[in-house]
Amino acid sequence: MTFYEEVVTVMLCGLASVTTRALPFILFSSKKPTPPMVRYLGNALPSAIFAMLIVYCLKNTSFLTGAHGIPEIIAIIFTVGLHLWLRQMLISVMGGTSVYMLLVQFYLP
Amino acid sequence: MNNTRINAFRAALPNTIPILAGFLFLGMAYGVYMNVSGFSFWYPMIMSAVIFGGSLEFVAVSMLLSPFAPAEVFLLALMIQARHLFYGIAMLDRFKGLGWKRWYLIYGLCDESFSINFTARIPEGIDRGWFMFWVTLLNQLYWVGGATLGGLLGSLLTFDTRGLDFVMTAMFVVIFLEQLLHERKHYTACIGMLSAVVCLNVFGADSFMVPTMGMILVILVFGRRYLEKTVNPS
Repeated sequence: MTFYEEVVTVMLCGLASVTTRALPFILFSSKKPTPPMVRYLGNALPSAIFAMLIVYCLKNTSFLTGAHGIPEIIAIIFTVGLHLWLRQMLISVMGGTSVYMLLVQFYLP
Repeated sequence: MNNTRINAFRAALPNTIPILAGFLFLGMAYGVYMNVSGFSFWYPMIMSAVIFGGSLEFVAVSMLLSPFAPAEVFLLALMIQARHLFYGIAMLDRFKGLGWKRWYLIYGLCDESFSINFTARIPEGIDRGWFMFWVTLLNQLYWVGGATLGGLLGSLLTFDTRGLDFVMTAMFVVIFLEQLLHERKHYTACIGMLSAVVCLNVFGADSFMVPTMGMILVILVFGRRYLEKTVNPS
């Protein structure tokens, strides 16, 4: 690949990225009221999106082979417990990550 | 500097600390990956700023190492980034009336900035536009900083960071949990979870996101009559 082709490839990736982010704002202008169906989707989607993002993070975790996803399951339960107890996002995230790192580095090779 | 901006910055900064950890690590992993793939640190630095989408940037490395195929690159990039369409739909009304900041917020609408800006309880008296602007800008700086560092340090890093990438999973778990605690019914959360799990098993880890989004949309659109009463109004 020449330098010019590299620049075009990177620009196209950037353009695709911006397109997916900007398209709803281009289709539904900020001057007119948002159509009810789109407004409904805007309210209904986030919970579904966050659920989807968790699955996305765990997509390469194998639950049938290797560690059977046990470090992930334990760390997620720990994160949820910590968060229900203290409701401090930073503590929950750091605590859950520490438990996961301990598990994959020392306990389950 | 006026107080509106400073106060919004003070309110925004603590919300971005988990992202600081996650993005420095993932950004560095990406920079190291580019470095060992034979690219100078300019590449991860510029690509992380221009593309600003983690998974796409990793895929872009292999695109750069393959023969030039612009149409394929664009289509694949659109598919990888497709989930961002949903963020825009959810943010349509929240980004209204923010002037020039709106354009940057749209440009920087990544998974993490969306999640924080959508769920953060912005304190009374804090300017919403500036709060979301700082969250987005800080996140982008962490990401570009991590990618550049990784590109510079390359394979010099030897300490054991195995498992640190779980910081992103933990963050989405907490955000999802907060969302559950603040809504009356959890139907749409279940729809999202089930659709993603079903599609992951049917289509595999590399291509399940677009079918998942399709499935979620179809269920939400056709179930609107039953679901609309159960979702929180914005």
